[in-house]
Amino acid sequence: MTDAVMTEMQSSNQTRRERAANASEAVRRGLKKRYAAEARFRAYGIGAVGIALACIVVLFTTIISSGLPAFTETTITLNVELKQEDIDPEGTRDASTLINANYRKLVFDTLRAEFPDVTKRRDKRALTAILSSGAAYQVQQAVVEDPSLIGQTVTFELPVSADFDLYEKGVINKKTAEADRRVSDQQMAWFDTLEERGLIETGFNTTFFTHADSREPELAGILGATMGSLFTMLVTLALSFPIGVCAAVYLEEFAPKNRLTQIIEVNINNLAAVPSIVFGLLGLAVFINFFGLPRSAPLVGGMVLALMTLPTIIIASRAALKAVPPSIREAALGLGASRMQVVTHHVLPLAMPGILTGTIIGMAQALGETAPLLMIGMVAFIVDIPGGITDPATVLPVQVYLWADSPERAFVARTSAAIMILLTFLIFMNALAVVLRKKFERRW
Amino acid sequence: MYRKFLGVAVVAGIAFAGSAAEARDQIRIVGSSTVYPFATVVAEQFGKTTQFKTPVIESTGSGGGLKLFCAGVGVEHPDITNASRRIKKSEVEKCAKNGVTDVTEIKIGYDGIVMANAKSAPQMKITKQQIFLALAKNIPDGKGGLKENDNMKWSDVDPSLPNKKIEVLGPPPTSGTRDAFAELALEGGCKTFDFIKAMKKSDKKKYKAVCHGIREDGAYVEAGENDVLIIRKLEANADAFGVFGFSFLDQNADKVQGSVIGGVAPEFDSIADGSYPVSRPLFFYVKGAHVGKVPGIKEYVAAFTAEKTFGPDGTLSDKGLIPMPDAERKKFQKDGEMMANNISM
Repeated sequence: MTDAVMTEMQSSNQTRRERAANASEAVRRGLKKRYAAEARFRAYGIGAVGIALACIVVLFTTIISSGLPAFTETTITLNVELKQEDIDPEGTRDASTLINANYRKLVFDTLRAEFPDVTKRRDKRALTAILSSGAAYQVQQAVVEDPSLIGQTVTFELPVSADFDLYEKGVINKKTAEADRRVSDQQMAWFDTLEERGLIETGFNTTFFTHADSREPELAGILGATMGSLFTMLVTLALSFPIGVCAAVYLEEFAPKNRLTQIIEVNINNLAAVPSIVFGLLGLAVFINFFGLPRSAPLVGGMVLALMTLPTIIIASRAALKAVPPSIREAALGLGASRMQVVTHHVLPLAMPGILTGTIIGMAQALGETAPLLMIGMVAFIVDIPGGITDPATVLPVQVYLWADSPERAFVARTSAAIMILLTFLIFMNALAVVLRKKFERRW
Repeated sequence: MYRKFLGVAVVAGIAFAGSAAEARDQIRIVGSSTVYPFATVVAEQFGKTTQFKTPVIESTGSGGGLKLFCAGVGVEHPDITNASRRIKKSEVEKCAKNGVTDVTEIKIGYDGIVMANAKSAPQMKITKQQIFLALAKNIPDGKGGLKENDNMKWSDVDPSLPNKKIEVLGPPPTSGTRDAFAELALEGGCKTFDFIKAMKKSDKKKYKAVCHGIREDGAYVEAGENDVLIIRKLEANADAFGVFGFSFLDQNADKVQGSVIGGVAPEFDSIADGSYPVSRPLFFYVKGAHVGKVPGIKEYVAAFTAEKTFGPDGTLSDKGLIPMPDAERKKFQKDGEMMANNISM
């Protein structure tokens, strides 16, 4: 090294030291600022979490507070005299005679007998408005199931119509002017009299859990939509899980890494971001118009949602497979296992918790979906509870939408109650995913 | 094991596909979301009181329903479509092109369209012309021409109206309610200006654009198809008005009040006798080719047109449908009985 270079280095060392001193001075000066910035940053984070939590609290309290009234129902206890001459005058006990008898008149007369002084036609109509139109069907069903009841006086707990249910719950009250509410003062007086006589009872709303949709809020239930969701999810699971896992295993374990598989990979990732309504249009064009599958059926709904969940399952499964250490594959191969044996005996079981978690999250997404179902006719009024995957059905989120759009006031509470049930399902499914992960997850 | 599972799924899929094209024993109905609350009541009663299955009713909107309805004849197509407006000529032609030639039109009654605000605010008294001046995109400039609507307050339209910002919540363009509101209220007000009325003959397109164009500067807020939501928003904002069907006003009379239009308040009787100016007929259309193929269609139509259903004291009037006059009801009862092909245009 020449002297010239040495002096140069010395001088540069000196400037470096000077610079360092200057820098530490600058750092010291800036330190306070940096601490303040960090404190602010944390405050923003806490603020963000706080806003999110507040939103959830507001959401849940409004849903629960407006949904709770739907879990009780008001009934009226009436002793209906099932007279032979009214129901089956010829005593044939023929099924169609039993079905077509005028049960409406029977229950109406029983109620009118409570108020013998009501004689005008108009008043009589106003009085019987207390009873739900479902009351007659309930008596009809009881008689058809057990014709031996004819000739006896049977005690029924019959539903009251939704407006009086709301009156009992205090939603409709005397504070509003008479002309502006659906229950008149006279009707309120009658209802209060019935209550004094101990005929009105409020109990757990079993109708809500045992019936399908109805246009009368007091007769509407969630079972039809729940069964529809169940069948749809079964089809979705049966299709998307095996196909998704097979695709993931092939792509991860067997496929050569080349252009083609790259393109497939990019496409799968893109597919996960496609708006769900597009899958609905595809379902309409392919499954219904081309293959001629029935509209409104959980089969088609499940197939459409399976298409939608496939990318989620494939991506999650591939991640889970990737997380299995190569040493396990190599050890198995070293002991003479075939590649298929390596996958089925070792890699898949180890990756299964991750795959199941991905599947459940994909399914939970599908459970809350309405947009693709609009196209294939599952946004519909369906009174019969579906018994299979080709019966017309609707699903829980669609039921929420349909009730939210109904004019009757009593549907407000039922909408929130349906949301609560949907949320219960979602929370249950997500909890299951967490449990599976915690229980079977292995770390290396 | 996974392979077997996949195999089973594929076989099952093929089996379903094979069994799908069989005959249908359940009526399928599509169409208007305005008619939906009425049709579903009839369908439910029909399912409970007859041996037929309860019809499946989809809420697709009038236009969407007619599109599905006109797609062809056969069990994969719907039997009936509900509409909150009459079938258009183009739709009749489309139907005919796809072999749907035998169609019966049944008018079921009337639905009033109301403009309403919260009970906490005073009731509005307004004319159709004032509605037009408040909500149209272009309004007369007083010199025989048109100008962009610059009325910001109701009192700008007419000093007798309240000194409040114009804020009206209503359905989006896809809705039949919006079409009817534009046609009946806006066009009704628009026609009162002679030079615009003259335009109808000279330039029909421009006339329609002027009379049906709703302003887009924020005074008219598209609030979605959900009328319940509009009512909730009105409750929260006493200065706002909402546009929706009469049945929603009927069910929520304790929260909102209908504005008096042209001196007539939206009430059951005033809509029924035709004095309330903003009301529209509701229809359903039956595919003649399906009668006899799908069981129960005739009986469903009969149940819908029975006096106890769509008559003055019927179940539908409880739900807010305004019944037709006696003579008109008789006509459609007969058409339904005969399955008369009555849509030739």
